[in-house]
Amino acid sequence: MSIEVLILTIITIVGISTPILLAGLGELVVEKAGVLNLGVEGMMLIGAIAGFATTVITGSPWLGMIGAAAAGALAALLFGFLVLALNSNQVATGLALTIFGTGLSSLIGLSFQGRIVAPFGSIFPPALSRDPFLKVLFGYSPIVYFALIMVVLVTWFLKSTRGGLILRAVGENDLSAHSIGYSVVGVRYAAIAFGGAMAGIGGAYFSLVITPMWAERMTAGRGWIALALVVFASWRAPRLLVGAYFFGLLMWLELYAKGGGLNGLPIIPAIPSQFWAAMPYLMTVVVLALISVRDRAGSNAPACLGKPFLTSN
Amino acid sequence: MTDTPPRLGLRGISKRFPGVLANDDVSFDVAPGEIHALLGENGAGKSTLVKMIYGIMQPDAGTIAWNGQQVTIANPKAARKLGIGMVFQHFSLFEALTVLENIALGMDAKIPQRELEGKIREVMTRYGLKLEPSRQVSTLSVGERQRIEIVRALLLNPTLLIMDEPTSVLTPQEVEQLFVVLRQLAKDGCSILYISHKLHEIKALCDTATILRGGKLVDTCDPKVETSRSMAEKMIGGNLKTIQKPADRAFGKERFVVNELSMAGAGHFGVALKDISFSVRAGEIFGIAGVAGNGQTALLLALSGEETTHDAQAITIDGEPLGQLNAKARRLKGLASVPEERNGHASVPDFTLSDNSVLTGRDRLGLSVSGFLRPRAARKYTGEVIDAFAVKATGSEAMAGSLSGGNLQKYIMGREILQKPGVLVVGQPTWGVDAGAAAAIHQALVDLAAAGSAIVVISQDLDELLSLCDTLAVINEGRLSKPMKVSEADIEEIGLLMGGIHGDAEATRQAEEVHHHAA
Repeated sequence: MSIEVLILTIITIVGISTPILLAGLGELVVEKAGVLNLGVEGMMLIGAIAGFATTVITGSPWLGMIGAAAAGALAALLFGFLVLALNSNQVATGLALTIFGTGLSSLIGLSFQGRIVAPFGSIFPPALSRDPFLKVLFGYSPIVYFALIMVVLVTWFLKSTRGGLILRAVGENDLSAHSIGYSVVGVRYAAIAFGGAMAGIGGAYFSLVITPMWAERMTAGRGWIALALVVFASWRAPRLLVGAYFFGLLMWLELYAKGGGLNGLPIIPAIPSQFWAAMPYLMTVVVLALISVRDRAGSNAPACLGKPFLTSN
Repeated sequence: MTDTPPRLGLRGISKRFPGVLANDDVSFDVAPGEIHALLGENGAGKSTLVKMIYGIMQPDAGTIAWNGQQVTIANPKAARKLGIGMVFQHFSLFEALTVLENIALGMDAKIPQRELEGKIREVMTRYGLKLEPSRQVSTLSVGERQRIEIVRALLLNPTLLIMDEPTSVLTPQEVEQLFVVLRQLAKDGCSILYISHKLHEIKALCDTATILRGGKLVDTCDPKVETSRSMAEKMIGGNLKTIQKPADRAFGKERFVVNELSMAGAGHFGVALKDISFSVRAGEIFGIAGVAGNGQTALLLALSGEETTHDAQAITIDGEPLGQLNAKARRLKGLASVPEERNGHASVPDFTLSDNSVLTGRDRLGLSVSGFLRPRAARKYTGEVIDAFAVKATGSEAMAGSLSGGNLQKYIMGREILQKPGVLVVGQPTWGVDAGAAAAIHQALVDLAAAGSAIVVISQDLDELLSLCDTLAVINEGRLSKPMKVSEADIEEIGLLMGGIHGDAEATRQAEEVHHHAA
């Protein structure tokens, strides 16, 4: 493999990893607060169409990203209202959100089919972003760097700030957090909205960066991979970064095996693409099994994950 | 004393929940530096009352005065601001967080971590509370967890400290340590509102006792003058029934023998059982004491048959080996068991009582025949249990989850006892059950033993075991001490055996020596 091919491969992997990194990071915060939102795929699709539509109307992909974040957060808050105010089942509501998001994005997308928008420009001078070697560091969309900054911010927030401590406490033992005097529902709304915004940006990455155009169901199940990624990373943001790029590698191998002699490399016919498509989930199961062999403290799973918060009064 | 206003003054406090009046016109004062007991059965309204003092709930009527000033305590934060601290019965701790993080969460003011750590160490040395700030809570013992709660409350320099049943999970030695801390706090001027139903503790510690029954204040008295019995009668509102146990009962032959039972702990926090041996004769009640988390859960699973062992002879009933048999097969051989968790383990909350009867009685009582249920027989049997044990339920078709804790426990015990098992193994038979129901359950166990069954009671409530059992052994880190006759048992020695938990092998060895000399 020549160095140029290697660089191209790295750029591809980083690119396809970014949506699951963004959405996974959001979901990690949500789950740390004790809420399981299975609607990531739906929120990503809503973000994808909202971002695309905003960009078509305003002409600015930056405004598009903000629109995607807002739409994702709004969809998430709908979920939040159902599970927090009405105490509906989180799993069922999350699945419903995915179905809703898929349908709604298709409906809105009807009038945006075939439209093309201007992609993001690079934030670096062409000398860096177009350089055949340096582009491995500088040749990405601004959203890729945004995702990396968010990994640092989320890690720092969860680990070193009082807000992060309260969020973890709410996810670990909601009744105790309530009895100390923290607003469990308030913290969870905030986390859910953040998760939705991140999923929205992750979705818009498809419609504004990867293609850039709108196609129905264009996130192609990556929301589910993001969910698996959170578990794979055992609810730790730095591991999520490593895991996202690892899953990216697996997704790239899937594309590679599917054919076309990606990047001019020969196809390995022995391993079908379906194998690689299944790998992220298989790896997640393996990680889950490994976690359960070790003690619970090591698993880092929030103790209240997915449980409704019910006080006696 | 007379011209200083009370630290806390309650006037006419009432609180209604759907269907119950939890507090009805309660008024009393707590003086500065006073240790004031709040006494009552489960459901008497103690917890509701302190939740209102701590701002978790709001009273429907009545006023709260703080140092003579009428106040509204809107939330726990407001309570802490006034100087009210609280140590909860069920610790409000976060298992996955460290001691320091847990304490930081309870602080309203934002304090830098290093400064907080310094303050924690200062409080710990002043009151002799030992803790390691960087340890994760899930690795700590119950006594250590309680210390976190106490340190957390003390860091706010409270002038009123509420303690909700603080000793229910402690060893006698840990209780003594706690009392030393509380007495010193009171001497420093901090008032303490001490909730308990353990009368000897209240006599030992408190200056005043306020007794609640059914949400009403029945009496405010001086516990040093009252007897335990007189306070208990005020609490229950009638004459206290003592267990009718025929003196000098003769025991029959050995019915239930456990011989060198060893087993790996279940799960990651499970304690392994090591060489457990004991035997229970017909008519004998054998108690197993110990602080929570010393292998009681594993032992109960091993005896009931939920976990089996390869050594068939490790557990025998009337000489028949049971070790390799599962719970169903053991039931057929006459060994019934009641796990400690009544909601979800001993019964299915969303099933009716008669369906719950089928779950353990299907083989012994023929409630299911060739795969088909016999609902009429199940209803009839459940009706018998309800009548015989005075279970308050709407009938055999009531959902198990709709019963109060005490009534559900009476039903579960009755369901097993009426099957007339040769051996009955029970975990925490009266956990969270009011005194009336507890007395009924104890009497039923004594009667079953008198009819010739062998009974094993695993409990953390030492008072219960001492009054109920004929023979007692202590479990510590998965090992069972030598059995001792309850009539000759030395509470000091039992305490030392229970306290081995903190890795204090020396104390355990000493205790065993004491026992050796005594024997």
